[in-house]
Amino acid sequence: MNRMDLTRRFRLRLRQIGAHLDLPLLFIVGALMAIGLVTVYSATASEGLVKFDSQLLNMAVAVAVMLCIAQMPPQTLMRCAVPLYVLGIVLLLGVALFGVSVNGSRRWLSLGIARIQPSELMKIAMPLMLAWFFHKYESELRARHFLIALALLLIPCLLILKQPDLGTTLLVGASGFFVIFFAGLSWKVMLGLAVAGTAALPFAWQFVLHDYQRRRVLTLLDPSSDPLGAGYHIIQSTIAIGSGGSFGKGWLKGTQTHLDFIPEKHTDFIFAVFSEEWGIAGNALLILLFVLLVLRGLVIAANAATLFSRLLAGAISLVFFIYAFVNMGMVSGILPVVGVPLPFISYGGTALLALMVGIGILMSIRTHR
Amino acid sequence: MSRLQHPETVLISFRNRIRLAGVLVFLFFGILGARLYHLQVAQKNHYTTRAESNRISLVPIVPNRGDIVDRQGIILARNHSAFTLELTPSHIPDLETTLEELKVIIAIEAKDLKRFRRLMRESRNFESILLRTRLSDAEVARFAANRYRFPGVEVKARLFRQYPENTLAAHAIGYISRINEEEKNWLESATDTAGNPQGGNYKGATLIGKIGLEKEYEFELHGSTGYAQVEVDAAGHAVRVLKRSPPTPGNTLTLTLDSRLQHMAEAAFGARRGSLVALDPRNGEVLALVSSPAFDPNLFVDGIRFDDWDALNHHPDKPMLNRAIYSAHPPGSTFKPLMAMGALSEKVRTPEQSIVDPGFFRFGNHTFMDDKRGGHGVVNMHRSIVSSCNTYYYRLANDMGIERISRFMRRLGLGNQTGIDIPGETKGILPSPEWKEKRFKNPQQQKWFPGETISVGIGQGYNAYTSLQMAHALANVLNEGRVFRPHLVRSIRNTATGETRFLETTPIRQEMLDPKHVAFIKNAMAGVNKEGTGARAFAGAAYTSGGKTGTAQVFSLRGQRYSASRLQEKLRDHSWFIAFAPVEKPRIVLAIMVENGGFGAVSAAPIARKVFDFYLAGNTVMGAVAEDEAASDEEADPEEPESAPGTPPATPRNAPT
Repeated sequence: MNRMDLTRRFRLRLRQIGAHLDLPLLFIVGALMAIGLVTVYSATASEGLVKFDSQLLNMAVAVAVMLCIAQMPPQTLMRCAVPLYVLGIVLLLGVALFGVSVNGSRRWLSLGIARIQPSELMKIAMPLMLAWFFHKYESELRARHFLIALALLLIPCLLILKQPDLGTTLLVGASGFFVIFFAGLSWKVMLGLAVAGTAALPFAWQFVLHDYQRRRVLTLLDPSSDPLGAGYHIIQSTIAIGSGGSFGKGWLKGTQTHLDFIPEKHTDFIFAVFSEEWGIAGNALLILLFVLLVLRGLVIAANAATLFSRLLAGAISLVFFIYAFVNMGMVSGILPVVGVPLPFISYGGTALLALMVGIGILMSIRTHR
Repeated sequence: MSRLQHPETVLISFRNRIRLAGVLVFLFFGILGARLYHLQVAQKNHYTTRAESNRISLVPIVPNRGDIVDRQGIILARNHSAFTLELTPSHIPDLETTLEELKVIIAIEAKDLKRFRRLMRESRNFESILLRTRLSDAEVARFAANRYRFPGVEVKARLFRQYPENTLAAHAIGYISRINEEEKNWLESATDTAGNPQGGNYKGATLIGKIGLEKEYEFELHGSTGYAQVEVDAAGHAVRVLKRSPPTPGNTLTLTLDSRLQHMAEAAFGARRGSLVALDPRNGEVLALVSSPAFDPNLFVDGIRFDDWDALNHHPDKPMLNRAIYSAHPPGSTFKPLMAMGALSEKVRTPEQSIVDPGFFRFGNHTFMDDKRGGHGVVNMHRSIVSSCNTYYYRLANDMGIERISRFMRRLGLGNQTGIDIPGETKGILPSPEWKEKRFKNPQQQKWFPGETISVGIGQGYNAYTSLQMAHALANVLNEGRVFRPHLVRSIRNTATGETRFLETTPIRQEMLDPKHVAFIKNAMAGVNKEGTGARAFAGAAYTSGGKTGTAQVFSLRGQRYSASRLQEKLRDHSWFIAFAPVEKPRIVLAIMVENGGFGAVSAAPIARKVFDFYLAGNTVMGAVAEDEAASDEEADPEEPESAPGTPPATPRNAPT
């Protein structure tokens, strides 16, 4: 092999990789991650560049993983569905039996060297499993298949709810429900579920929700009822957002941010940092990017070749939506506080990795026809 | 979905659901957008204000308290800078360990720790709290070298109140100490003399005048609080100063006191208990105000130690008591010149009218004895003062009647506060039938007995006045009825504008006294110092002076002969002396009271001599010899009078003065 040959083979390889990229998606995600870096820099400015650098590394790893997944054809992904789901269920049972408790929640499984949170795995395994399931029975779908799908959805959800982790339960449940919805769950059943759900709310309030969860909901309704306790986060983040005004206070100039009034400012509450420094103009851009991301995902879903691809792409797109909406809704005080990071913006490696796996899947679906 | 559908239909249905999802995404982001619009556009001002009030904290800057100087400008109270060690508990990870480690490099006593813990309970967690005051240079250096080990511990330079003359004029100057709860409430609604509310002016202030001038002129001395706009973080730590409006220091008080004279007078008292007030009769300026023993106001400044407080409070001599304005005693024979003045003014006597003194005065079936056995013989008014003839005043009091005596003495200022500019003055007791009715509950005791009037005539009985009142009354006589308010502050200099404001130059009222009568009294009192009980003390003085000695009874001997040497000290008579000089144009008026001093001529008059010598003739103190001589010379041989109807608790014992 001479040098020319090596270069040509490298170029060929690059072209192969490039062929499995979706440029609009790449552009949108790139823009979101750029905003994320700028905001993480501001939110962690007082600690030097440690977090910024580590977020750069997180992004590099996540982009690499995305590129790898984009190369895999959807059939390969389909083969992973059942093993991942089963692994997820086993790990969740493991958590229930041998899990490690932190702050009163049993969410972690200790594997000697590291602790893992199996509910995170379920966020990907769930839509994958249900998409595989509907795809497998595509030609013979009956009501019972929807019942089985609901069961597949509920088992892990109940396990996560017991930990307790209401936020993740709702997100995992949502990701699975989106698959079932796109698979064609009848409107009558959905209406029935909605009515039953509403009727069950008082019951759930009394018996399912934990004290701290009830408090979070009550705090949302009236943050000033506990201004130094549970309401403090919401009060301070809404002050940060509101005081940002039209064009913000300017990068690195947010007083709420830099004087430490915003809690969890580089993770779950990073939206408050961004809003304070860039104002509603910045928020408009951010929301526009999220809308474009979700729409691009839905377009990919609409044009996907197989039922598996369609369902998976549709569900993943809506998961991006639900993450972004729940996070921004909670930080701006219209939703209760649940531990959801802002996609592509919040500091943190694991969440970003999961999101980029999703982007990789969308690209794979888009580019393998 | 009970029936298989055509794949085409399924795809269309799927795409419809995708479209629906797209619409819902727009809808939900629309809701979010509306929320953000509400926060960032509609409510922007509200949240901007809240963000600003989050970040900006108004920190008061306590002004420097004004100085107090004497009439020559000698500093009596000032501020000095000292290093303090202060801890901010919220910055300290382990307080107890930090305290232990600090003890190694800086001396921390149990009382420091006690105060620290008390202050910590009273303050918020993020404030810095005093642990030690007045660090030595060596301690500051040791701490500086170890500073890195102590996060949240700081050495600060603070101003402390200092009274450089220590005990000098302590009762007049007073002291400052920590603001207590009661004072805090009082400040809320307090206003200064110009009517400006002062509550806000004490933000951040911890000290306030407790007694004396420091209390009376609190609002002059305090100054106006300044403010710094400080940016704070969520934990309340100051990040930087945004704006600063500096405080205005308090005003400087220039006193009427002459600290050299004051010092001299205090020294003349030595260890004896008592008080002295020297006034300038021409304007009411207080030249000296002594209450002996005194205390050191410096002890109070950064919180008095418990044992110091205990010692002051339980000392048998009561050093915290301001005797000059609060201890009222019967004036004894020093009352006689005032009685004589009253007799002339009320036209009860003429100077020439004489009595024959048989050595006693019989009233009803009771006999009031004179101190001189066999009496003074023929006595006119002049002689009655010079030789202090009791019989003359027994009769005079009886002729004048208690109402007239009481009315006249009130005109001279007795029985009322003089209005001196330090708090805590007593009214004393000017006896009258109305006073007695109010004073006693029992109807039998409420009645005024004519016999009681006779005791009042020689300054005994219920009479009780402070040395300040006696000096004030004498000054009012010498002034021919022009009454000046005695005052300690001569001028107030506004530190901000540099303007000096002088106080009190005009009389507060005018009583009608005949100058001829006044001249007569002055002359009679001059006679006392020339040939009477004051003659010994004032022998060879380089100036003319007038005076009158007096003795206030402490203990009723019930028929025994009074002998000072045989009595326990606490039961000995109080000795009085009132005086003025020079006779022609008096420049100084004095009243001296020495507790348990025995005869006025022995204890009190020599002090007056020293003060006059100093004030009028420069620093020639020559009273020491006279004092010793007087002690051996004075004869004391009074007798208990037979009990008169309604005799007051301390019955006149023919005070020999």
